[in-house]
Amino acid sequence: MTSTTLHDLRWIEPSKTRHYLNEDYGIFSWLLTKDHKRIAILYMISVSLMFFVGGFFAFMLRLELLTPEGDLLTSDTYNKFFTLHGVVMIFFFLIPAIPAVLGNFLLPIMLGAKDLAFPKINLLSWYVYMVGAIFGLYVIISGGVDTGWTFYTPFSTQFSNTHVFATTFGAFITGFSSILTGLNFVVTIHRMRAPGLTWFRLPLFVWSMYATSVVMLLATPVLAITLVLLMIERTLGVGIFDPALGGDPVLYQHLFWFYSHPAVYIMILPAMAVISECVAAFTRKKIFGYSFVAFSSLAIGFLGFAVWAHHMLVAGISVYSAMMFSFLTMLVAVPSAIKVFNWTATMYKASVSWMTPMLYVLGFIGLFTIGGVTGLFLGALGIDIHVHDSYFVVAHFHYIMVGGTVMAYLAGVHYWWPKITGRMYPEWWARLSALLVFVGFNLTFFPQFILGYVGMPRRYHAYAPEFQVLNVLSTAGATILAVGYLLPMVYLLWSLRFGRKAGPNPWGAVGLEWATTSPPPKENFHETPVVTWDAYDYPAFLRAMGETQNV
Amino acid sequence: MMLLFDFPLFPEQASTVARDVDALYLGLVALTGGVSLLIWLVIFYFAIRYRRRPENELAQEEEAPKSLEMAWTIIPTLIFIGIFLAGAYVYFHVMRAPDNALDVYATGRQWMWKFQHPTGQREINTLHVPVNRPVRITMASEDVIHSLWFPAFRVKADVLPSRYRTLWFQATKPGRYHIFCAEYCGTLHSGMIGWVEVMEPTDYQRWLAGGTEGSLASQGEKLFQKYACNTCHTGDNTGRGPNLAGVYGKPVLLSDNTTATADDNYIRESILNPQAKIVQGFAPVMPTFQGQVSEDELIKLLAYVKSLGVQATPAPAVESPRSFVTAAGSPNNPGAQPPAATTTTSTTTQNGTHP
Repeated sequence: MTSTTLHDLRWIEPSKTRHYLNEDYGIFSWLLTKDHKRIAILYMISVSLMFFVGGFFAFMLRLELLTPEGDLLTSDTYNKFFTLHGVVMIFFFLIPAIPAVLGNFLLPIMLGAKDLAFPKINLLSWYVYMVGAIFGLYVIISGGVDTGWTFYTPFSTQFSNTHVFATTFGAFITGFSSILTGLNFVVTIHRMRAPGLTWFRLPLFVWSMYATSVVMLLATPVLAITLVLLMIERTLGVGIFDPALGGDPVLYQHLFWFYSHPAVYIMILPAMAVISECVAAFTRKKIFGYSFVAFSSLAIGFLGFAVWAHHMLVAGISVYSAMMFSFLTMLVAVPSAIKVFNWTATMYKASVSWMTPMLYVLGFIGLFTIGGVTGLFLGALGIDIHVHDSYFVVAHFHYIMVGGTVMAYLAGVHYWWPKITGRMYPEWWARLSALLVFVGFNLTFFPQFILGYVGMPRRYHAYAPEFQVLNVLSTAGATILAVGYLLPMVYLLWSLRFGRKAGPNPWGAVGLEWATTSPPPKENFHETPVVTWDAYDYPAFLRAMGETQNV
Repeated sequence: MMLLFDFPLFPEQASTVARDVDALYLGLVALTGGVSLLIWLVIFYFAIRYRRRPENELAQEEEAPKSLEMAWTIIPTLIFIGIFLAGAYVYFHVMRAPDNALDVYATGRQWMWKFQHPTGQREINTLHVPVNRPVRITMASEDVIHSLWFPAFRVKADVLPSRYRTLWFQATKPGRYHIFCAEYCGTLHSGMIGWVEVMEPTDYQRWLAGGTEGSLASQGEKLFQKYACNTCHTGDNTGRGPNLAGVYGKPVLLSDNTTATADDNYIRESILNPQAKIVQGFAPVMPTFQGQVSEDELIKLLAYVKSLGVQATPAPAVESPRSFVTAAGSPNNPGAQPPAATTTTSTTTQNGTHP
């Protein structure tokens, strides 16, 4: 029978047999698991917790900024809160979120493998992450840190008397979790693809994860080195960055951004990975220009290493290096633009579904476009001199990190929720929360572009009274955004028990993860799949599925 | 520029470069806004026009024409390079100070801005400058990294504890504009703010005539004696140290046969870290003054060495009758300069008022 339709696939009765969730019970079956899917769940719980911790700080900052005077928090508390917001969100949420949760769960399944190449290292990376996170939580409980997440010297090494050591040590440790995950992914993608799954049949998710992993492997050690040097200077007084000890504070910024700019791509490439999958699934179409999208991920990963000093255009680099980094910054925008054009073109003559993940995708494209083009403003030297270290920058990177990465994470969580849990989320609540997130986000961050150009510096506890109206708008938006983020917490947990049971392929999508049961068995597939279709090739996939079911 | 409501949506435009920066900014807003809007309209149109219906459960497959891919790779690249060139063009204006700029010195410290004028005026968190005249600020930090930002002038530069940096502007409208610290510097970062008072030339002259302790160079000369620099730098060729007359701005032959230009940073380094560059023919015997000479005093010593430099060559044309060149060496206040200026003493103006 070759007339398998998408409708048939969607309503196959969920597996009553064993799957990875009911394979074992008990706390140790989770804490000592080597199953990439269970480790993904552990990560999901941890990063969600950290997201709400970081979100709490953000909300307190917005409340403080309702009025020009510094009246709700003291200056020291405010400084600690924006530092902790940055540290928690970047090191403990954004960097691990998509790779360690969705990547961990999906990568082996998309490759038709039973697990990652090194399951024990995978579990180790979660424990390493947790040790780093515990350092972070210790800092929060014991009094905080006030250096900003960038730990600029000599403030961090000689002047701050907060918990700089514990924080940087936490970030240092967490870095190893990234390195281990990256290593695991690279080896798995090279060595564990199913028969027939050639490089150019790989889902674009895998291409992007591959680029992300390479960046993680090459960039994170530089962060580790930098933080070690910082800790040495702070504790032992060895002069590296402090000019009073013969060091150079600008050197610190070079080293820090040599990691932290590629880290931006560690955060956004996985988001692009999710968006490519969702666009293909919710347009039921092959991604337009597959190879261009795939290679643009590698180009971003490669060029991402060559633009770090655009964070330092007013910091004291020479006119000529500023010119070079400005030029390279313009080039790194090209592959991102290519992706947006290709996603758009994919929708032409497609079958566009308006389900929640697609709403997040549309939101992502809109917000990422704004984030991307405002990056061009910042890369243009004449403008950067004015808006550097202003709210314009704050708005820009939140459009990329929150409007991009968090939107994509939510798209991915909704898209793969039936696969991960075997249950559907409630569609209308999810659509409502997607709408709230989109509206709340824009109201929060768009006014900040204007604020920055008008002249409000970032990291200001108190500000000039003429900036108040835009700040009130921003805080109002943050309130809506908070509701938008809390809603999924409620209805996703609700759906674990009360959600409609999902079939193996509730969306009628193409991909190996939709060719197994929901939730998948512990070994992912009952028999090793053989891939006979190109990525997102609906007719070929349906034919292959039809044959499988007729066996 | 436009006050649509009772709050500004656009900053005051009060310097020569502000016009260029704003033109580039608004041009980019129009260009990127237009393109983004186009993309969103196309996406929205596709999302509605090709929404899922029973007759299109599966999309029609289209072969991707390579020409389209090449077009939206190459065209954006060219546009982005154009943006780079426009940005670099404005940047050169922002970075290159005119030769006739009036010199002002700034010191950042947690959490205040100190400004010193060549004529000897010192101010905290307030800076008086004349309108329509280029002003160059040479600055350093006493502690952590700060950043001096004049939003109305569209200029900013980080202020480092390791070396001098400069920025310049030419104000075009008399008035009072914000000064902000833009680089996070600790507890009262958001309190490290002030006002720049742009004055009509006549008002500025009147302000300059106010109280002073002598020109910066003359204050530097006193420090030169206080720190006993003159015991080695005797001013002739018999001293243990090089003769500083005529050195400023000139190439200096070093002991390793390289040359260095005796600019602001060279002089600063020679005081704080004398062993870094040894002038040929001299022994490396000078002790370091790191930790002994404050940033304020360094600026005065620098002004003094500069004044020695211009004595040997014809002075460049400077319009101000009391510019720091002509005022050099005319001490009108014999009182000793307090060492390591504290934050509250001997400032001519504070809080925006002036005598």
